[in-house]
Amino acid sequence: MTDQAHDGPILEIENLSISFFTRLREIPAVMDFSCTVQPGEAMGLVGESGCGKSTVALAIMRDLGRNGRITGGSIRFRGRELTTMPEAELRDIRGSQIAMIYQEPMASLNPAMKIGQQLMEVPIVHEGISKAEARARALEVVADVRLPDPERILKSYPHQLSGGQQQRIVIAMALMSKPALLILDEPTTALDVTVEAAVVDLVKDLGRKYGTSMLFISHNLGLVLETCDRITVMYSGEAVETGSVRDVFDKMRHPYTQALFRSIPLPGADKTRRPLIAIPGNFPLPHERPQGCNFGPRCDYFVAGRCDAADIPMFPVPGDASHSSRCIRMNEIDWDAPPAAPVKGERTPIGAPVLQVADLKKYYELRANALFGGAARVVKANESLSFEAREAETLAIVGESGCGKSTFAKVLMGLETATDGRIVLLGNEVQDTPIEKRTAQTIASVQMVFQNPFDTLNPSMTVGRQIIRALEVFGIGKTDAERRERMLQLLDLVKLPREFARRMPRQLSGGQKQRVGIARAFAGDARIVVADEPVSALDVSVQAAVTDLLMDIQRENGTTLLFISHDLSIVRYLSDRVLVMYLGHVVEIGTTEQVFSPPYHPYTEALLSAVPIADTHVKKKHIVLEGEIPSAINPPPGCPFQTRCRWKSRVPGNLCETSVPPMRQMADGHQIKCHLSEAEFAEMEPVIEIAAE
Amino acid sequence: MLTFLVRRTFVMLLTALCLTFVVFVLTNLPPNLEKLAKTEAGSRISDAEVESWLERNGFARPMLLRYGEWMGVVPGWRNEQDGKVTGRCIQPGQDPATAPRFCGVLQGYWGFSTFFKAPVGEKIAYHLGLTGILMFWVMVVMVPMALLIGVLAGMREGSRLDRTLSTFSIASTATPEYVSGVLLIAVFASSMFGLKWFKGTATGAMNDVTFENFALPVLTIALYGTGYIARMTRASMAEVMTSQYIRTARLKGLSFRTIVLRHALRNALIAPFTVIMLQFPWLLNGVVIVETLFSYKGFGWTLVQAAGNNDIQLLLGCSVVAVMVVLATQLISDIGYVLLNPRIRIS
Repeated sequence: MTDQAHDGPILEIENLSISFFTRLREIPAVMDFSCTVQPGEAMGLVGESGCGKSTVALAIMRDLGRNGRITGGSIRFRGRELTTMPEAELRDIRGSQIAMIYQEPMASLNPAMKIGQQLMEVPIVHEGISKAEARARALEVVADVRLPDPERILKSYPHQLSGGQQQRIVIAMALMSKPALLILDEPTTALDVTVEAAVVDLVKDLGRKYGTSMLFISHNLGLVLETCDRITVMYSGEAVETGSVRDVFDKMRHPYTQALFRSIPLPGADKTRRPLIAIPGNFPLPHERPQGCNFGPRCDYFVAGRCDAADIPMFPVPGDASHSSRCIRMNEIDWDAPPAAPVKGERTPIGAPVLQVADLKKYYELRANALFGGAARVVKANESLSFEAREAETLAIVGESGCGKSTFAKVLMGLETATDGRIVLLGNEVQDTPIEKRTAQTIASVQMVFQNPFDTLNPSMTVGRQIIRALEVFGIGKTDAERRERMLQLLDLVKLPREFARRMPRQLSGGQKQRVGIARAFAGDARIVVADEPVSALDVSVQAAVTDLLMDIQRENGTTLLFISHDLSIVRYLSDRVLVMYLGHVVEIGTTEQVFSPPYHPYTEALLSAVPIADTHVKKKHIVLEGEIPSAINPPPGCPFQTRCRWKSRVPGNLCETSVPPMRQMADGHQIKCHLSEAEFAEMEPVIEIAAE
Repeated sequence: MLTFLVRRTFVMLLTALCLTFVVFVLTNLPPNLEKLAKTEAGSRISDAEVESWLERNGFARPMLLRYGEWMGVVPGWRNEQDGKVTGRCIQPGQDPATAPRFCGVLQGYWGFSTFFKAPVGEKIAYHLGLTGILMFWVMVVMVPMALLIGVLAGMREGSRLDRTLSTFSIASTATPEYVSGVLLIAVFASSMFGLKWFKGTATGAMNDVTFENFALPVLTIALYGTGYIARMTRASMAEVMTSQYIRTARLKGLSFRTIVLRHALRNALIAPFTVIMLQFPWLLNGVVIVETLFSYKGFGWTLVQAAGNNDIQLLLGCSVVAVMVVLATQLISDIGYVLLNPRIRIS
């Protein structure tokens, strides 16, 4: 019954509409959505959060919860209608013919069940095979997803594996019954870049090996370019453009797609010459969608009376049957016209050093068991950090989770004190002064913008009050009226309307909250601002605006920006100098150009190769790091990167395993911590090349 | 695991030591002793006579010393008067020469109950045993019933089944034992409704437990506890059912039954397990009302008698036993928690 012959598309979605029903109203989440997935094809579904892409995935699985309902259209899987299929038949298809991979691997595995059981369950339920057979299959699939020691993995619980390994298990689980369609819902968002690259590589290989069709949901255009054949761009519940990846990337025919590409930092972008262009306005709420084109109010090509007259259907792009767009003015717009780039002021000259860090070390003592003691182990979070940051400079600190970049930020802020070394901040040594003992002036001069704007604002205090509170703490302004005036100026500075002072944080969008966070950081005229992944929790179109804002403020005030990030695209776009960290060590430091071109530290090389770039002209060298990031509790001896380094064999003897390499001066201001010889460094090829048009 | 157990046992003993000292001090406050002297030697004796009685019976010495005697780490007091030697460790009629020097809890001597005129150890063992039987049957009835109700209610949050079961559990836990007990007796054991199915007293059960004489007290206690545990289980189950791994299981194509039994149950039982283990101390001391209501002379009843009659040694004994039971069940609870939850492993 299940494997009936069917040679049409694997999945056909036609005019699908989905609504969620609350007590107040019906909220349409997806409207008039169509797409097809052919056998063996990978379809990308791209859009910002809230655009309905995950809802489409859940609708295919018919798992919309109690409030969600499919209100129109059809979903056919191998020719069988899913929207009206009875529950029992649906259960037959789920997991065996359509499988899903989720965003958070840890949460999607049962914590109280061994991996083996969770994997074996799938074929036992669907194919009725014996336990022994299921176990053999599980071993095979675990080996297929390139996990070491499958026997041991099957016997472990999810929490005993790392995030990357867990995601491989989720993938293995999806492949247990060799499904015809695999739905991947942001499968790598929670992972580090190098781990992400390995997982993406794996998914592509497995797709080829098993001939599985894929529906790849992501907000990351670069990732879609690397994995998919075709792409559908969604905006506010509608598909706005669909076509082959090359067509959509190179010959986009919808203003939203175009705006999206202009707002992400591609290799050619530059903060002064070719700045990013943020999409103006905000994402409409589901019940406040405009008449006509949903993107109308934010669109540069908007024509009143036409774009907002009636619902706009999908039109095929002339001369290309497989490419269509939901734009009524498709044939009138000159798509190749270069963007009217806003001219930014010249960059301020870089001044004297304001922050000097010399041989900074931060060790944590970790007890084996917090309650009953046990042997203390030392976590070396920062190992001999040395660098300086100058006035009006943007210094990016790059590295994956656990590399010690946030620990450094904590020591600088005074939330922790250093184990050894010196931090000279505006002429004062602060490494041993915790924040309680710092003067209000010192605190005001070093401020931080945090990663998650949703958690860093007090939910029960108005925005204005929170900024005034910061002013009070820093001792700025003599009277309440003065402080209020300053608060309103700060809102102007971060380009928020003044009436936002009376709003509560919950009434703000993510980008607006982050602006409040920035206003607070600059309340005391900070000289140094540590921005810890300030845009990684935000949607792409908002990222550009917030990045832009930070740059503008920096230009005006001459602030030093320490930009902590794992996203090399944005780092390349906005920073003057880059510092690459790995397991507590600075492995490379130099100007942005020096770091992004050879010679590289082997880790920088791998990191650059791992970052997906949403540009079809870019050619990348393919380097996949094997293995996991070692734990800082038990770092490898010698060079921290030696366990994953592909250049290790070029170093004679076992130098890499026995001694930490010295910091070597490559060029003026460019240092690399590596044992490789000059000749080998000279041999390195650039990872990213932009092909001529 | 072994070091964990050793540590926990050590901590437990330390806690017990501190708590017994507190109880010892409180039960041996001067007014209590004076009252004791008056009940033992006649209520009309003068203050001087009270003094001398306390002196003679070893009560007039420093508190810490007497605590040591009671523990059995300090030799018991001896008094020689009129050529006759009396002492803490000398039983009436015993030859002082053969009596042991130390006699305390460590030697298994818990003192002599002034109210029951019997050794405290013996008395507590007997009544604790009776309460133990009651507790056992309460647990047998209460735990499966509560978990079943909780799981059924929590697996489909907001459904009609959930609302029905939730109403029942809230009602049962909102009804104190003295209300439900009286109601149950009135309905099932009195001539009011003519349903004389069960006996309204459990005195007979002290010798021979039958369904007839034991059903009502067990039900009374179980009903109260059921609602509480069921509510906890429901909340835990409802939370587990919305978690992502349940969605994973659903989208693997498992049936609802398999999802509940294999994926949700174990995770949902982690939280209620702690609550169930907390029921032991409550049962031990909280059953006083039910024991009194059904004239079942268990541990709670003994405690009330000891307190009411200023029976210092018995009161002290009861308190120590209660403390030990609480600590022991909490140790078991912690071990069980580790077994249920693989994320907490003690290496």
